[in-house]
Amino acid sequence: MINAFARFFVALAAGAIFGFGVSVSGMLDPMRVRDFLDVTGHFDPSLAFVLAGAVAVSRVGFLAARRLRRPLFDTMFHLPMRQDIDFALIAGAAIFGIGWGLSGLCPAPAIASLALGLVPSYVFTAMMLAGILIHDHWPQSLNLATKRNNNANARA
Amino acid sequence: MPLDYLHSLIGGSLIGLGTGLFFLLDGRIAEVSGIIGGAVRPSGENQLRNLSFLLGLFLGPLVYCMASGGWPVVHFETSLEVLAFAGMLVGFGARLCSGCTSGHGVCGLGRLSRRSIVAVSTFLAVGMITVAVVNRMGVTTP
Repeated sequence: MINAFARFFVALAAGAIFGFGVSVSGMLDPMRVRDFLDVTGHFDPSLAFVLAGAVAVSRVGFLAARRLRRPLFDTMFHLPMRQDIDFALIAGAAIFGIGWGLSGLCPAPAIASLALGLVPSYVFTAMMLAGILIHDHWPQSLNLATKRNNNANARA
Repeated sequence: MPLDYLHSLIGGSLIGLGTGLFFLLDGRIAEVSGIIGGAVRPSGENQLRNLSFLLGLFLGPLVYCMASGGWPVVHFETSLEVLAFAGMLVGFGARLCSGCTSGHGVCGLGRLSRRSIVAVSTFLAVGMITVAVVNRMGVTTP
């Protein structure tokens, strides 16, 4: 019970640190993200610094996890086990890339930007949720060729 | 401009810190599109944890506002129709490839996952092509 409470608190705190980081980084602003992608126009390299900082620090966390048998508040680390490069991975990333390029928004900043109370954030996030639900409720018979991520007890 | 880059680096490091803590303490990957999917699927404790993370994400800019005395700067220059279409693509695409900029970008690259390296390269390339095409056609000018 105490562990369950701790898990929720960690999720809340981790989300808040993440959202605070996105705000500090300047990446709540969709135009800055689009300027990063605008390599043939007015390119703004900021997002590369964001990604570099994020990957470097998260790498430390994932390496530290290898020395632990389990996370502090759970019985195992939940990691995607797949290694194969399939059509769904490429097609999904391409579809995501078009939406990301058009809007300059991706899921994390979209959720965080709701706090600013601007209509465009809500329109984008509502439709993003619709896209997620369409994928997650896609009829099996129409075979979207995507296997669910297998979570298993594994090391980072 | 160099100060902007410093902010980006610090902000990015904080994103990495949130991601690392979530994994070390809760054993979970901070994959935001997956977390959103999990937050609307009835699954007991998982659902509650996902909702907690999203609530935290929402509170992040409020903390920033309290700490700095001003909201983060945002500009929306894209029409609502295009934003709506883009939102649908982002949500669907992220779930189809099992990750977005947080899942494949921050976590996947942090773990040196092969699938994530392919996914990030793909959405960066397609994103760059999309912006190049759109800016030449002026599609997003309201």
